[in-house]
Amino acid sequence: MRLRFILPLAVVGAVWAVSAMAQEELRPYVIVGDSIPDSLTGLSGDAERGRAIVASRTAGLCLLCHSAPIPEERFQGNLAPNLAGAGSRWSEGQLRLRLVDASRLNPNTIMPPYYRLDRLHRVARGFEDKPILSAGQIEDVVAYLVSLKE
Amino acid sequence: MVFLASFAAAQGGAEDRRSGYQDMGAALQKMQDDDTANPAMLFVQAGEALWKQKAGASDKACADCHAAGSMKGVAARYPAFTPGSDRPVDLDGRINLCRTTQQKAPAFGPESQELLQLSAYLALQSRGLPIAPPDDARLTPVRAEGEQLFKGRQGQLNLSCADCHDDNAGKSLGGATIPQAHPTGYPIYRLEWQTLGSLKRRLRNCMIGMRAEPFAYDAPEYVALEAYLMQRAKGMTMDAPAVRP
Repeated sequence: MRLRFILPLAVVGAVWAVSAMAQEELRPYVIVGDSIPDSLTGLSGDAERGRAIVASRTAGLCLLCHSAPIPEERFQGNLAPNLAGAGSRWSEGQLRLRLVDASRLNPNTIMPPYYRLDRLHRVARGFEDKPILSAGQIEDVVAYLVSLKE
Repeated sequence: MVFLASFAAAQGGAEDRRSGYQDMGAALQKMQDDDTANPAMLFVQAGEALWKQKAGASDKACADCHAAGSMKGVAARYPAFTPGSDRPVDLDGRINLCRTTQQKAPAFGPESQELLQLSAYLALQSRGLPIAPPDDARLTPVRAEGEQLFKGRQGQLNLSCADCHDDNAGKSLGGATIPQAHPTGYPIYRLEWQTLGSLKRRLRNCMIGMRAEPFAYDAPEYVALEAYLMQRAKGMTMDAPAVRP
C-alpha cells in the first residue's frame, strides 16, 4: 500500500504498529526441489508441542482429514493419507513444504496452505492476513511428523 | 460393511446420488421416520397454527388465501422467480413476500422460530415428492452462479464445497461422514444444533468451518447456491422435515 498523503509521523507509527500486531509477517523461505530444507525460525521445533497442534481441532485441524497415531483422539478423518510413518516417507524439508504450501507440489490439493497468505478468498474476519499456523508452530509440527517413523 | 454397502446399493438402484438420510445411522433414520419421535414435527405443529392465524394490517391468515392441500409440492420447487420479485427467492423469502405484501405484516427475521415453523409446515407437504426445480430459463444463470460458488475455493483453509461434497463424499471428516449435500430435508432438526435450522444456516456452518466469511443472511448468494443444489438433486425424494446428525 502506498501512502498518498503525508501523515503526521505519530499516526503513521500507530498504523504501522497496529498492522504489525495484527499480522505476523511471513518469514522468507527457500524452496529446493520439493522441499524447504531450512527451518522457518532457524530453530528446531518441539515434537511434543507439534503432537498437540496436530491433535487440536482448533489449531492444526489435521485430524479432520488425516488419521494419526494419537489414540486418545477418537474421531479422525480419512480424506488424506494416514500420518503414521510420515517421517520415513518424507524428509524434514519435504514435510515442511507440504505444510507451508502444498499447492506448490499439486495445484489441486485440498491440503490447506498452512503458511501462505495470498490467493485466498473471503477469509473470515479474525483470520485475515494470518497464516493457519505460525512459523514456530510449523516447526513444531514438522518435528512431530519427522518423529513418526512407523 | 459389505452388508451396508449392498443395502445402500439396493436402496439407490442405479442412482449414484445419496441423500443425507441414506448416509446416517439406522437409529437416526428411525427417529426421523417416526413422526412422534421426530423433533421437527413440533415445529410443524406450531407452523400449522401460524398458518391459520390472522396477521398484519390485512388481518388475513395464510389459510384465508391458500386452500388446504394447495401447498403440496411447493417446497420441492423453490428457489423460484415469483411475481413481485426481480430475482429468485427461496421458500423463506416467498413466505416473507406473502407476509409483507398480502398480510401487510413485518417480515419474519432470518432463522426466526416463526419462519422455521412455517417452512417446516410447508416442507412436510412435499414429503415423499421428487425435487422439481422450475423449468425457467431465468434460473439458468442463477444456478451457474451457485455452481461457481460451490466449486470455488474460499476461506483461510482454502476449500470449496465441492472438495468435500463432490470429491470426498462418503469419507470421514473428523469422524463425521461427509454427505453429498443434497437439500432433500430442509428445514432440518440437526442434533448438533439441538433445534430446527434452514439450509442457509447449514451453508453458513460450512463456511465458518472453512474459515470463510459467511454471506449476510439476505445475500443472493445463498439463493444461487440453493438453486444449484436443488437442480443437482432434481428428482430426489424430499424427506423434510428431516433429522440430521
